[in-house]
Order: sequence, then structure tokens, then C-alpha cells
Amino acid sequence: MSKANLLDRRQVVSTLLANRKDVVAIGGLGASTNDMCAAGDHARNFYLWGGMGGAAMIGLGLALAQPKLPVLVITGDGEMLMGMGSLATIGLQKPANLSIVVLDNEAYGETGGQTSHTSAAADLVGVARACGIADSRAVTTMAEVDAFAKAVHDVSAGPRFANVKIDSASLERILPTRDGTYILNRIRGDLGFQPI
Amino acid sequence: MHAHAEAADTAPNWPDDIFATLQRFDVRQVAYVPDAGHSKLIQRVLASSTMRGISLTTEEEGVALLAGAWAGGQRGVLLMQSSGVGNCINMLSLIPILRFPFLTLVTMRGEWGEFNPWQVPMGSTTQGVFELSGVQVLRASNAAEVPAVLEAAASQAYNALTPTAVLLSQRLIGAKVFTK
Repeated sequence: MSKANLLDRRQVVSTLLANRKDVVAIGGLGASTNDMCAAGDHARNFYLWGGMGGAAMIGLGLALAQPKLPVLVITGDGEMLMGMGSLATIGLQKPANLSIVVLDNEAYGETGGQTSHTSAAADLVGVARACGIADSRAVTTMAEVDAFAKAVHDVSAGPRFANVKIDSASLERILPTRDGTYILNRIRGDLGFQPI
Repeated sequence: MHAHAEAADTAPNWPDDIFATLQRFDVRQVAYVPDAGHSKLIQRVLASSTMRGISLTTEEEGVALLAGAWAGGQRGVLLMQSSGVGNCINMLSLIPILRFPFLTLVTMRGEWGEFNPWQVPMGSTTQGVFELSGVQVLRASNAAEVPAVLEAAASQAYNALTPTAVLLSQRLIGAKVFTK
């Protein structure tokens, strides 16, 4: 990709999480989960190392269980394409506290940079809107990222969706913990839930 | 349509038994891909004030949903038919990795007088798929055993975090009747 004005993924994610307060954030399989870790490890970070296509649905389950908490899914275009039906499921449930951000580099960066469907034809903003997520934005500037980061905290006006065009640079991997039980139970503990 | 579904007074009671068990175990999120065998239970869920019915586009969404629900402190259950089990396979890997309570209730096709051969391959491998994926399988073959099977399944799924599938046999549900 040699388009102008593509955003830096790390800068986008650190802006989304800079004033996160009580946000629970879910990072989709791939570079997105690394970006979340690069922005700073946090007890409410749900890092995914598998289950491709499931990030938005994990977000939905959490958002329905905790309707007063802002829930933010940060994932990639390939991961979102694999779970595209979940946008229809979310559009039907309309959880007001759920926000989804797709970091769209139009490629499968983890597997050799093969182009994804968003590079040529698929319009995820159009898909999200057509699935009933009225607040669906195509984001191309950091000012728009900043505005979306603020909107995430409004748990009465979602669901909302943003597709952020990012550059396809391959960055140093910042790897989060890959112990799933630890990740999940750390979130539960931070929300005040006891072990079984 | 299923042979049993014609009139309310002949509708089976076992879905009510399932609903009561789920309610007693404080199940809050009920994800489903519709199936005729689950239709009465789905109606009960959608009319419930404590349960949220969540219609999915494909069954694997439900596995991920239940992981998120548990992160947020709620128990869930996934309702599907046997053909949907194959759609879940990779997402089932979340269960041992994240260790959240997983209970699924599966209405069986492809057995006991099945008319449609296209249902048979997946129906025949449903139990094997679950077992290879680390999900324990219990089966209910008649209405009388539904309450005890559900009780056992819910207990081990929610109290012991034992991933559990209950196969509701086609013998219980009634083979689907195709009429022109």
C-alpha cells in the first residue's frame, strides 16, 4: 500500500486507550493484540492468540454482562472479515456500551502480507452500518480517532464501529502474556468476581 | 415441521424442564441458532426477564460469546442442532485455553429415522467432534430422562468447569416430517 495519510497503528491504539478509565479492551488475534500490549499491559486487557473471528463476539458477551462498562474491541481487517456475521448479531442486540475498532491495513500482516478483501472490494463500514450499527465511521485522521476514543466512554449511545485505515508497516512485536486462563481471570478479578 | 409441534396440548414438556434447570443455575445469556427442536425453549427464553436470547448467524459466534459473558460474570448456554457443531470446531479451542463454563444443548439430526441424507454425515460425527475437542457428551433419549441429564450437565459445566454437550436425540425430538 502506498496511499497517503495512513495512520500509525500503535499511535491509534495508544490514543484509544490513553484515558481508558474502566474500559475493558479485547484485542483480536494478530498484531492488534500486540498493539494493545504495546500501549501498556492492563488488568482489563483481553488478549487473543487464537479463536480468529471471535473478538467481536467476546466483546458482545462482555458488554451484555456488564452494561455499564465501556467495552472496546480492537481487531484487524482479516479477523473482522472472518467474523463478519457477528456484526449482524451485534446490530440485532444493539449493546449501547460496545465499540469496535478495526485496524485496517488491507492485508494479513501476520502471514506474509497477503492482501485482504478490504484492499479491493469489501467495505467494512458499509457492512457494519447495513447490519444495524448506525454509528459506523470510516476513520482517516488522528482527530477522528481521538473523537472515537471519547465516544467509547458513552455507554448509552452504542454500539459503534470504526474502520481505521492504517499503514502496513510491520512493527516490532510486543508480545502480551499468552496464558488464557490468567488473562480471563485477571479481568474477572478486576471486575470483582471470585474464582469458582 | 416436527410431528409433535401441531398443537399446544400435545407439545412436549421437556423444553420446560430444560428452561427450569437453566433458570435455577442462573444462566443469563442464551445464544442460539434456531432449530425446530429448540423452538419451545427459545420462546421461553425470549419471554424471560432474567435471560437474554441472542440469535447468532453461525454457531461459533456462541462459543466466543460465552467466553465474554463469563469474563463479565455471567453464565451462558449455546443452543444448536448437530449440523452446527462442525461450525464451532476452531472456536472450541477457547474453552480449555480460557477455562470458562461451557454448556451446549444440541438437537440431533441424522439419526433415528432421518429422512434427509444430507444430515447424516455431521449427525454421525457430532459426538466424536465434541470428544476430540475436549467436550464431554451426555445424551437424553426420552423425555423422562431430560431433567436428570440437564441437572448433571449444568452441575458439571458450571460448578466444575467441565465443558459439556447434551445431545437431545432425534428419538426424543421426533424425526422431521417432510410433506409436499
